[in-house]
Amino acid sequence: MKLVQGNEAAVMGALAGGLDFYAGYPITPATEIMEQLSRILPSRGGVFIQMEDELAALGAVIGAAWGGMRAMTATSGPGFSLMQEHIGYAAMTQTPCVVIDSQRIGPSTGQPTMPAQGDVMQARWGSHGDRAALVLTASSVKDVFDMTRQAFIWAQDYRLPVIVLLDAVLSHMRENVELPPVPGPMTRQNAQIPENQPPFGSHPFQPFSDSTRTIVSGLSHDEDGMTQGSIGHQAEQIIRNQMADLDRDYSQIVQYRRYQLDDAKWAIVAYGITARAARAAVHLLRESGIRVGLLELMTLWPFPEKTVQEMAHVVHGLLIPELNLGQIVLPLKAAVCGLTPVFFMGRADGELFQPEEIAERIVRLDQKDVGVSTLIGRD
Amino acid sequence: MPRIGEDLTSYLREGMMPTVWCPGCGHGNIFRAIAESFRQLNLDPSRIAVLGGIGCSGRTPFYFNTNAMHTTHGRVLAFATGLKLANPRLTVIVAMGDGDALAIGAGHFVHAARRNIDVTAILYNNSIYGMTGGQEAPSTPLAFRSTTSPFGNIEPAFDTVELAMAAGATYVARTTTFDFDDMPRYISEAILHPGFSVVEILSQCPTYFGRLNQLGDAPELLKYERSQTFLAENTPLLTKAEMVGKRPLGVFRNEIRPEYTKEYAKLCQAHGGTYHA
Ligand SMILES: Cc1ncc(C[n+]2csc(CCOP(=O)(O)OP(=O)(O)O)c2C)c(N)n1
Ligand code: SF4
Repeated sequence: MKLVQGNEAAVMGALAGGLDFYAGYPITPATEIMEQLSRILPSRGGVFIQMEDELAALGAVIGAAWGGMRAMTATSGPGFSLMQEHIGYAAMTQTPCVVIDSQRIGPSTGQPTMPAQGDVMQARWGSHGDRAALVLTASSVKDVFDMTRQAFIWAQDYRLPVIVLLDAVLSHMRENVELPPVPGPMTRQNAQIPENQPPFGSHPFQPFSDSTRTIVSGLSHDEDGMTQGSIGHQAEQIIRNQMADLDRDYSQIVQYRRYQLDDAKWAIVAYGITARAARAAVHLLRESGIRVGLLELMTLWPFPEKTVQEMAHVVHGLLIPELNLGQIVLPLKAAVCGLTPVFFMGRADGELFQPEEIAERIVRLDQKDVGVSTLIGRD
Repeated sequence: MPRIGEDLTSYLREGMMPTVWCPGCGHGNIFRAIAESFRQLNLDPSRIAVLGGIGCSGRTPFYFNTNAMHTTHGRVLAFATGLKLANPRLTVIVAMGDGDALAIGAGHFVHAARRNIDVTAILYNNSIYGMTGGQEAPSTPLAFRSTTSPFGNIEPAFDTVELAMAAGATYVARTTTFDFDDMPRYISEAILHPGFSVVEILSQCPTYFGRLNQLGDAPELLKYERSQTFLAENTPLLTKAEMVGKRPLGVFRNEIRPEYTKEYAKLCQAHGGTYHA
């Protein structure tokens, strides 16, 4: 057991996932990730570079991925906004890479050291156009390690920029955890490319090598990378197929935790740092005899629709606390589809929810027992 | 030097042709000069990566039968930096427009130069935004017209050579599409140079720059380019009046300074890591 900081766990998770290239630009509360990698990567023969801004950081990451390295960057709100153009480029070019965003209060500079969950929609929809998206989050230091490691695996498997959302508290928090030892630097052999395997579409990612002559472009293209003529349909199909791949693997990709939901009358849906307060609220409420459970979301996108729906059938109502003014509540309501009322509590003042606040809200709901008749979710 | 018709086909991705460039566009001349340099240096196409930004110039990577990336507007040098660091064996060539390199990408341009990373940047300078239809660029000369400076431009232009040198590029040259032999000569020198190299090539855009400024078609524009420049090596022979307002052509810097990937390799070695630059 060792006392590990959230950002440190992200570094270790990334190394466990095979990271050998990091490009970044300093920003609170993500900076420790780059500071630590600036020490670690040279001694492993990996690459660390501090770029001139966040557009450059993600640009270098994408270049490095095509150069054959497992690459990542980490940032926070203002930098994450700047990265959106290149998140779209990575999606369009099916480039595996990992982006960590440690959320802080916004908009704009906001409060650099205060936690928020205001980037959960931006992580899905921030870059223009449609794309398949894989966005993970974490509520403990151990989770940060696991999810970051997992992000590298899925980035390769699904050829996507995988986004890991942390927040200012989780990044700086220390917890006692048991983490596996960091593996040594990996030497990767380029897999033999089957002859005539197209560079894009549903085929494994092949970085540039002596035997490739790939043209990578953010223009709409077909599986061969060709951009001429009316390829709109083929380009759309590549994106649709990527979405379908995520759908197919729902049970593996969509990760969540269920606490005391089996007999629950009320369910709290929470994610990230807020899930900790929600879990404590469940304990408080259970002590006073209210049957409440928690669904903790660990994969935010694709949104766990089926899981939410199953639950919506059996509870009297859902409460979702978020550190924003109403974001994940939107897909949650869409998934619930009117089966049960959905109540929201949000804050964007840089403070965390206290377990008591959440518990109190459930107590009020329970007293009124709005039941299935109130569908708007206001109390 | 070999003339038109000589075989450059092993470097060309013919399936992507014809190019997007308008008839008479100087970008085609620059493209051919790059291919000519590859041939002169007998480079193995599998060891070259050609990258481009966004613009007419940025389309260059499509036409080379190498690994290639058409990236985002202005940011191509960031991609090139990551690619070169991840795979230092590659010869990395970057095609940029003047808007690409000097406006939206000016920040990346000066930092790539400062790092002195071994990348060859070829700046296709046509004094205007071609791809988007003839808007003002940071290279548009004073009083010239564009679709966003219909009354004449009042902003001074950047001098690419001075900017590149101030930022730390270690090979800096300028020529024009008129100078048919100098283009591949400088590009070859730049590719061989172990550091960040900038070759600025003044190029003609008959479709917008020529038309909006009533300068005529491509041959007229080539003559115009010539009238606006002089060979730096001729400076002692020229009067002040013959040089005023004109841009010198030639190689302005060719010096060896520590190169980024090599320095990074040393850093790794000093701390127990193995990185091959
Ligand atoms: C972020 C972004 N902003 C604007 C554009 C639109 N755009 C495309 S090319 C271009 C300018 C092209 O001019 P230049 O770089 O000089 O290259 P040229 O076409 O003249 O070769 C612009 C503004 C874009 N593609 N991306
Ligand atoms: S618009 Fe100008 S720069 Fe673009 S291809 Fe045509 S002539 Fe060349």
